[in-house]
Amino acid sequence: MKLHTINLNINDQVRTVTVRTGDTLLYTIREKLGLTGAKPGCLNGDCGACTINVDGWPMKSCLMMAVEGQGKQIKTIEGLGNTLIQQAFVEHFAFQCGYCTPGFIMNCHSLILKKPDADDSTIKEWLESNICRCTSYIEIETAVKSALEKNKHHSN
Amino acid sequence: MLSFDFDYYRPKTLQEAVGLFQNADRNGKKPMYISGATELLTLGRINLAFTEAAIDLKDIVEGNVMQFEQGYLVIGANLTLTKIEEANLFPLLTNTSSNIADHTARGKITLGGNICGQIFYREAVLPFLLADSQVVIVGPEGVTVKPLNEIFNEQLILKKGEFLIQVATDDRYIHAPFISIKRRQQWETGYPLITVAALKIDGEVRTAFSGLCPFPFRSKKMEAALNNHELSVKARIQSALAEVPSPILNDVEGSSEYRLFVLQNLLEDVLGAFD
Repeated sequence: MKLHTINLNINDQVRTVTVRTGDTLLYTIREKLGLTGAKPGCLNGDCGACTINVDGWPMKSCLMMAVEGQGKQIKTIEGLGNTLIQQAFVEHFAFQCGYCTPGFIMNCHSLILKKPDADDSTIKEWLESNICRCTSYIEIETAVKSALEKNKHHSN
Repeated sequence: MLSFDFDYYRPKTLQEAVGLFQNADRNGKKPMYISGATELLTLGRINLAFTEAAIDLKDIVEGNVMQFEQGYLVIGANLTLTKIEEANLFPLLTNTSSNIADHTARGKITLGGNICGQIFYREAVLPFLLADSQVVIVGPEGVTVKPLNEIFNEQLILKKGEFLIQVATDDRYIHAPFISIKRRQQWETGYPLITVAALKIDGEVRTAFSGLCPFPFRSKKMEAALNNHELSVKARIQSALAEVPSPILNDVEGSSEYRLFVLQNLLEDVLGAFD
């Protein structure tokens, strides 16, 4: 077994962790660092349940090896603190079973950061990366639009 | 998580990458160049990809450029599809690649990884086939520049130890009229039934396809048929259909007969767009 000890900057903390090169970032943050917000779903880059932020952009953590995470600013759902998008998900009941919720929130969080003036087609393009088997899509769309709107007022 | 272990390298230069590959190859480690690493993770997970030495190219400067140089748009193979779309310097490429996988996944999939991947769609190559782009290849013999259409035959033909580092496209193709259409079995995400990319240059329509055959391709014979203005549009399309390479895919996304039906309609859309 080939082990590497690496430093990962996660949620503004430097965490030292020993990984195999074949370990995904998803496995590492859940099983080695105890951050279980990112959810394992398809493990194939399809469902988006494991979405986190890397350098501000959404990233499916099953599509990234832990060793690739060195030098990156990684944020998981545990690193958010009552953000506008989290509030919006609660206000608009944008979930049912909740399994996909952290992934959706992290994707929406990046969207608000990177595209604060996102139009409908941009929102649709970004959110197509995540699957909600309970089909809460309308509520999620309402929540992200609400958070984008509130973000504009906060920014002004 | 992959079930196998491998050495992981992050070379900073082209020479270092080639040297690492050769050394690992001498030691029987089945080395693999990676950049986005999405195929290593997704195919490795189901034992369809394996290596004992992964050479990650993403830190190599030459693979991260995106600029106009002497009338050519040069795009580094390490750039993610999202970065290329955000810059939108080659609208046909943006239009075609923005339908690959999904937005988040495109933030990890690289241009080089898509063009050189095992998956047979590889739609990012279509615009470059149409634009007679040049590819910059690095390997044990040094750096070479070759016409893409000469070394792309169902896949990019690379010798052992070689990798793609840049694609250069003549500026006049960048601004040519184009259309790109992706037809899926249903919905707006997922694998294509057929993707067609087309551009019009010097009065002639060029077309390239993905999802029709088990490889992306551009067919000069199909283009000759589509550009035969002595025939009606319908007859041109029928002539083009007769020149489709084989085999035509026949899978869960659609039967070969259905694909030909969809292709016929796509060709009508393409020709209609340029009329």
